[in-house]
Amino acid sequence: MAATRTETPALAAAQTGWLLAIGFVALAPLAPHLPGWLAGATLAALVWRGWLAWRQRPLPSRWRLTLLVLAGSAGVGYQFGSLFGQNPGVALLVLFLALKQLETRTVRDGLAIVLLAYFLALAQFFYSQTIPAALATAAVAITATATLLSLTDARPAPAAQLRRAAVILGQALPFMLLLFVLFPRVQGPLWGLPKDAGSGLTGLSDSMAPGAISHLSRSDAIAFRVRFDDAMPERAQLYWRGPVLSEFDGRTWRPRRELPRATLPYAEPASGGIGYEVTLEAHGKPWLFALELPGATPELAFATLDFQLLAKAPVLARQRYLARSYPLLRAGADESPALRQQALALPAGSNPRIRRLAASWRADARSDGDVLRQAQAFFLRQGLIYTLNPPLLGEHSADEFLFDTRQGFCEHFASAFAVAMRAAGVPARVVTGYQGGEVNPVDGWLTVRQYDAHAWTEVWLAGRGWVRVDPTAISAPTRIDLDLAAAVPAGDPLPLLMRAEFSWLRDLRFRWDAVTNTWNQWVLGYTPERQRQLLQRLGMPAPDWRAMTALLAALCGIALLLLTAWILRRQRRADPLARQWEKLSRRLARRGLGRQAAEGPFDYAERVARALPAVAAEMRGLAALYARLRYAPPAADRAKTLDQLRRRVACFRP
Amino acid sequence: MHAPASDGPLDAVVAAAGGIILGKERQIRLALACLLARGHLLIEDVPGVGKTTLAHVLAKLLGLAFQRIQFTSDMLPADILGVSIFDRARGAFDFHPGPIFAQVVLADEVNRATPKTQSALLEAMEERQVTAEGRTRPLPAPFFVIATQNPAHQIGTFPLPESQLDRFLMRIALGYPDRAAERELLAGADRRELLAGMSPGLTAEQLIGHQESVRRVHVADALIDYVQALAGHTRVSADWQAGLSPRAALALLAGARAWGWLAGRDHVLPEDVQAVLPGVVGHRLRPADDLPAANAVQRLIEAVPIP
Repeated sequence: MAATRTETPALAAAQTGWLLAIGFVALAPLAPHLPGWLAGATLAALVWRGWLAWRQRPLPSRWRLTLLVLAGSAGVGYQFGSLFGQNPGVALLVLFLALKQLETRTVRDGLAIVLLAYFLALAQFFYSQTIPAALATAAVAITATATLLSLTDARPAPAAQLRRAAVILGQALPFMLLLFVLFPRVQGPLWGLPKDAGSGLTGLSDSMAPGAISHLSRSDAIAFRVRFDDAMPERAQLYWRGPVLSEFDGRTWRPRRELPRATLPYAEPASGGIGYEVTLEAHGKPWLFALELPGATPELAFATLDFQLLAKAPVLARQRYLARSYPLLRAGADESPALRQQALALPAGSNPRIRRLAASWRADARSDGDVLRQAQAFFLRQGLIYTLNPPLLGEHSADEFLFDTRQGFCEHFASAFAVAMRAAGVPARVVTGYQGGEVNPVDGWLTVRQYDAHAWTEVWLAGRGWVRVDPTAISAPTRIDLDLAAAVPAGDPLPLLMRAEFSWLRDLRFRWDAVTNTWNQWVLGYTPERQRQLLQRLGMPAPDWRAMTALLAALCGIALLLLTAWILRRQRRADPLARQWEKLSRRLARRGLGRQAAEGPFDYAERVARALPAVAAEMRGLAALYARLRYAPPAADRAKTLDQLRRRVACFRP
Repeated sequence: MHAPASDGPLDAVVAAAGGIILGKERQIRLALACLLARGHLLIEDVPGVGKTTLAHVLAKLLGLAFQRIQFTSDMLPADILGVSIFDRARGAFDFHPGPIFAQVVLADEVNRATPKTQSALLEAMEERQVTAEGRTRPLPAPFFVIATQNPAHQIGTFPLPESQLDRFLMRIALGYPDRAAERELLAGADRRELLAGMSPGLTAEQLIGHQESVRRVHVADALIDYVQALAGHTRVSADWQAGLSPRAALALLAGARAWGWLAGRDHVLPEDVQAVLPGVVGHRLRPADDLPAANAVQRLIEAVPIP
């Protein structure tokens, strides 16, 4: 019966069950991120352990386990090419969590599993930091805590253990929030997040070859979200400027090779701007999108001579920036001749038909403005059709689009228009980015998705600078004023979310988007800057980590005190008689004569009487009164006696 | 324990007994309380400290019929309960009651008898009647057994099993007298002569009345809470191998009632519970480690706050 101190008790059946449960629960959220064979093997190990427990068979021998560990580690090493690093590390921990189950005999082994499970709950955030991931982590934490509870006391039913674990974690919630809000934030993630964690896709690329692809991305992935400081500009003004393509080889448009610079090549106007905040999803490129035209570069960003904003590094994680744009601003009136010359370049021999036409426009025109108007009129006359599935184009893509197929989407329009303008001797370039967006009615944020990707044209007019011309708007104005769905002919396949019959899905999506956005903004996006803003609002003008740690310690202390006070208050009985007796004891405690918990009234009175003979008689009287009230048969004059006790305790001066 | 005890109803009896068994007022009171609570008493001690004298004194002072049974290993149940003998003259069996048919029975060295004989005595104690040859004969009232036993590690004894120990309301030890008391004992007159010269202070009917009064002593809710807390603590504490049974808690309450009544009160105080606690639970609990039972009981008292 007497166990030695070194070995902990053997596991009860319920405890083994709990350990298996935490094994499954901790494995589940990680399984999609593990190699298939490893997920299968760990699952098999858990099932095997469950079978052994069920049939009450002995656990596998030590050398067998050693073989399994070696084989598993070798597999992980082979899979990832290393045993070190984040992915192989997580894989190894998962493997050990499963294999450790096969040698758990005592409570101490169980503790190792629980600690491993807690750690793996965090490891999940390497792969995903969404709300479902957080919920999964909470589930693991509750199960792990319940398992921990069961290791100390296996008797309560599973539901009771889970409830107790949830209550314990719930009590920790205020501290968690305090720590989250006030603990000094580290710039950047604590562990370098892997490149793949934030990798995203974009509907844009850094080159454009109209006609080379016959369908446009219909991805409804979110590109970025925008919150406007004041009212949102009208939809037709929502041109989100991205890469500017000014080099054309007859087929493909490419951006100019150019070193980014610290500021935009024009001065920010004094008034008339639109302030907004962009939360950009990761897309793996350095582009920052801003309404045309941005007034200044955001913090930690560059600009190009083409008025594009660039981040200092590819955007591998969600990024938030403030920007201010001026829709009426015209810039580049003083554009350098070299750049203007570049914007006229066309490869010799390409697109002969549009060249001939452009030459005729030039001949009739007195200014570049006249040429532009003629070109716009021509585009309108041609009856071009906006479609997401245009036919493929050959070598002279602009000619074929304008004169033969007459079907295309924004890239075709923008490219053909820029070619035509260049052919007519007007500097022109293609600007890509996004157009429009969708206001989420739930939270009022503007959501721009990948299918909002767009391309338009900029022409340079003397005295005015670069002027935006959207040839898509000429032929298919609804694409700009309404949305894609309105622009494409009936029957054209549309992105799922845009279809009318899925309006309920859209509504659901809006709500989920709003929730996700709040989570992104306030949980994932709680950066040092945001913390600083919050603290400033709380009245800490220049918080440093010392002051913040002090504040944190003070607040945690206060929270603990409140909690303790609440618990003590709950324990204290509302019994007035007990209160009088405790009052007496407190008063005597100042003389070192507090009542001991297991001391009856008369024993206490005698002890006090011996120590303080001056009050001996009164103390004995008080004890007799108290004992009568508490232990004697209830008497009619109880209230009076209690009152007497209260008065005598109040007068009692030891 | 400092509960007020200035004018108890049996103070005269206690004082008279104290004149013979010197320096043992507390044990005399416990024995009386046990009797008043209609329980039986087990005295466990080495020979010669006055176990038998105490039984004699109590019987004499309370005016009760006294019998003494010296237990030996060759004793049979009939030696205690009585036998039926055929009466030739009447042509019928005649029951000759055994020594158990008395109001105060001193079962001396009860652990020397075989378990069979022990259980005959203990059954009679519990039932307060004797069944022999198909006839049930009630034992006299009041009926009070004082059993004595030498500490169990002596050779040739049959220690009472726990289930039998449970039949005793209290187990006490007398212990050696202190120096002054022993001197008085050695210098004074012979105890048996003093005993012979004593006169009863009570009648059996009065004693039964007192037992009734004890049953009516008030127990407040707070005190029941306390007794429950004590029992509950023995059930969860690591100090004990097993906790107190509900019967043990009832015994504790009964003992505390008698103790409070002896002190002249009509209600029970926590101090009364603490006073009888070692006697009532000492033989019902087994400490988990090698701690002496007395220390463990003291720890129990200190561990449970009085509500």
